[in-house]
Amino acid sequence: MDFFVQLLVGGLSVGFLYGLSAMGFVMIFKSSSVLNFAHGELLAIGAYFFLALAAWAKLPIPLVFLLAIGGCFLFGLMIERIFLRPLIGEPLIFVIMLTVGLAAMFKGLILLIWGGNLYTYPDFLPKALAIRFGVVSVPPVYGAALLIGTLFLILFGLFFKFSSQGIYMRSVADNQRAALSLGVNVKRVFALSWAIAALVAGMSGIVLGIINGVNVHNLSAIGLKVFPVVILGGLDSIGGAIIGGIIIGLLETFTGGYLSTSLRDVVPYIVLVLILLIKPYGLFGLKEIERV
Amino acid sequence: MRKIQLHPCGNFRERYDQELTVFSTDFGRLWAGIGLVILFGFVPWLAGPYMMYIFNMIGIAAMAAIGLNILIGFTGQISLGHGAFFGVGAYAGAIFATALHLPMFVCVPAAGLVTAGVGMIFGIPSGRLKGLYLTIATLAGQFIIEYLLVHWESLTKGTMGITLPPARLLGLPVAGDTSFYYIIFIALAGMVWIAINLMRTRYGRAFIAIRDNDRAAEGMGIPIFGYKLLSFGISSFYAGFAGALWAFYMGSITAEPFNLGLSVEYIAMVIIGGLGSIPGSIFGAVFITLLNETLRFATELLMNTGIVSQSGLNVAPLREFVFGLSIVLFILLEPRGLAEVWRIIRSGFRLWPFSY
Amino acid sequence: MEETLLQLNNISVVYSDVIQVLKGVSLAVPKNRIVSLLGSNGAGKTTTLKAVSGLLKPENGRVTDGTILYREGEIQNRSPETITRHGIIQVLEGRQPFKYLTIEENLRVGTATRWGKPYRDDLERVYRYFPAIEKRRRSLAGYCSGGELQMLVMGRALMAHPELLLLDEPSLGLAPLVVREIFRIIRRINEEEGTTIVLVEQNARMALQIAHYGYVMENGKIVMEGTADALRENPDIREFYLGMSAAGAAKSYADVKSYHRRKRWL
Repeated sequence: MDFFVQLLVGGLSVGFLYGLSAMGFVMIFKSSSVLNFAHGELLAIGAYFFLALAAWAKLPIPLVFLLAIGGCFLFGLMIERIFLRPLIGEPLIFVIMLTVGLAAMFKGLILLIWGGNLYTYPDFLPKALAIRFGVVSVPPVYGAALLIGTLFLILFGLFFKFSSQGIYMRSVADNQRAALSLGVNVKRVFALSWAIAALVAGMSGIVLGIINGVNVHNLSAIGLKVFPVVILGGLDSIGGAIIGGIIIGLLETFTGGYLSTSLRDVVPYIVLVLILLIKPYGLFGLKEIERV
Repeated sequence: MRKIQLHPCGNFRERYDQELTVFSTDFGRLWAGIGLVILFGFVPWLAGPYMMYIFNMIGIAAMAAIGLNILIGFTGQISLGHGAFFGVGAYAGAIFATALHLPMFVCVPAAGLVTAGVGMIFGIPSGRLKGLYLTIATLAGQFIIEYLLVHWESLTKGTMGITLPPARLLGLPVAGDTSFYYIIFIALAGMVWIAINLMRTRYGRAFIAIRDNDRAAEGMGIPIFGYKLLSFGISSFYAGFAGALWAFYMGSITAEPFNLGLSVEYIAMVIIGGLGSIPGSIFGAVFITLLNETLRFATELLMNTGIVSQSGLNVAPLREFVFGLSIVLFILLEPRGLAEVWRIIRSGFRLWPFSY
Repeated sequence: MEETLLQLNNISVVYSDVIQVLKGVSLAVPKNRIVSLLGSNGAGKTTTLKAVSGLLKPENGRVTDGTILYREGEIQNRSPETITRHGIIQVLEGRQPFKYLTIEENLRVGTATRWGKPYRDDLERVYRYFPAIEKRRRSLAGYCSGGELQMLVMGRALMAHPELLLLDEPSLGLAPLVVREIFRIIRRINEEEGTTIVLVEQNARMALQIAHYGYVMENGKIVMEGTADALRENPDIREFYLGMSAAGAAKSYADVKSYHRRKRWL
């Protein structure tokens, strides 16, 4: 029973992190229908910014956090400006391939600068955030992740549902030409969505870095795990991303615990194929309305 | 005697079948002939062993890239699992050769067929999924196949890998780069010929119709699911055939090279070469293979001259960076790829010195 | 003479640097009036509207020659963001709603040109013009009928407080009664809001009923112009666009033989 609870709690926390990581991915997809294959690298960039500022520049942690997140925001703006803006109006495959190219580029760049070693952050989180479930205790960082994740989830939900800018962003994703005809600043929408996505991704990267240490290979692998998560939750649902993440996290830990550790990494993808065959738009995704 | 056609200065086609010719001019036919003669008659004598190795790698990559281009460039189904299919072909070839002791000229096509079957299984989601969703499904396929290659130990010997017996063809031993060169390039020529002609048939036109608008294609009476599966099958056959040849050429295989990186490399070949262009796939294969080799060469040079003397710095990061950069630059600057560059150069020559 | 809001001087439009669609179009739109642009398919009506609203750019089109004057300023080849901020809003052909947004969210996108300003009153105003869509304000636009969608896209444009409204075929694919309703509302918008409207239509009869002035286009040129009354009485218009013989009786389509056409303008 203890083992079960341990797996349950572990799965929930890992899954929540997956969900958090997937949120930025969903943001980009929601506003521009682009599958971002460089998402893992965005996570990594946030984590390495934090590392550089916290471990080497030794700035105070709250400042580091703000600077790292701000850096990610600017980085997202830059990516959109340099690489994606010229492709507005081109077929989607080019944009997707571009993100594949960017992924390789960023990964190479990070490896050139920091190398492939595993780094850890200085310890800074208060112990009070640790949560206990009977025999199992969850380290404080998961509590922090839970807080941050819930906060962002609510913020983004409100943003997309009620704020004008959020509605403009959804309108661009829906019908770019019509949005243009109404004077929606499409370029600003794209820039903003990449910037916000990079920010969210950077933040998830920092959280992941606190838990697992910083290593670009691990982080970019999580970037790929985002795919089963978002497919399960529905590509365009931010809340779905969290739930999808939790389901995938639970599946992984339980397979790892009861079946075999080697099966652990492939189970999400098997589930992915099944989901795609049974319910292609995920649990919470919008069904495509196709009218001829 | 038929009138010899040189370059027309405009579009003088009068019948539909003129649109479908393989060579639009006799000039093109002549050049294709000259090219084949150079390829088979001169290259093997002029090139050293390292050059022959590069040529062979290009030939194998080109075969797989053509297959992927049939799927992406002609049928419009983006697949991220091509590297895994290549691996399936390699393993199928190796298993046929070691477990069943079949000769090479049976093993390789049989491996192609097995891969075609596997590809069609992973193409089944295309019946319900379109575009991005299908891409993600093929991504899952990549990971599942990778997992099976490592963990289905009774069949694939796991991480040990398989060592193939020396290749024999028609009783003669095939060894060394030059003999493989002939096999690979004869196969490539055949594969190119098949691919070009396939695109001129009913099947090719159906693929293109599905790419351009699958709903409209369905409305015209094309059973799109069947054709999508067929496209997956053909594409995987190419990958499997190339993979099996690669296995024989290498002599031993492990599951390691057939990862997502390889799939991305094939997509890069197709995009850099030019979507929907068979010569383009070959250009793409040449480009990526040469890029890989150049980068390896460059980093070795840097290490030896001591500019980068830190230990631990290896080829991978720089290679990865330049690789990504070249994809990005191609998409930004010439999204139609090397095939378009080639076309522009060619028409520059054709009209020279009276451009316009 | 009335004040002119929009003036096109001899404009040419070329797509992809090769296909010339407009070959020297000149027209003037007086303030607070409805001007109707008639013509067959492919005459260049939609392209004319897009040249004004700046939407040629995403389609690789360009105004290569001539000027477009709007309130004394040249606006040809400006970006759509700039042009919409000057108060020119185009309602696209074929009703392009945001399918995954509710009716109300669709309307709110119309406030993009004046982001951050209050919009509640505007919503009420739009619902006054189009009571039919108020009932469905919470449902997804993708599930609405053609008539509702046409009202939606027009209402969406109204949210932007346009000074000049470019309507591209509002009657496309709608039932005759709905068409009548829509045209009645167009007239009302013009009268109550003082919005200047350029109306592109195939349905010449309806268009000439509400318009003050009309232009006829063919093959990328303006071939005829006049007040709506004058155009309604013109024998060619009567025969080719209104489907009536010179005698005034409605005419069967079969009788309109192509060689009868007295195309004096070609």
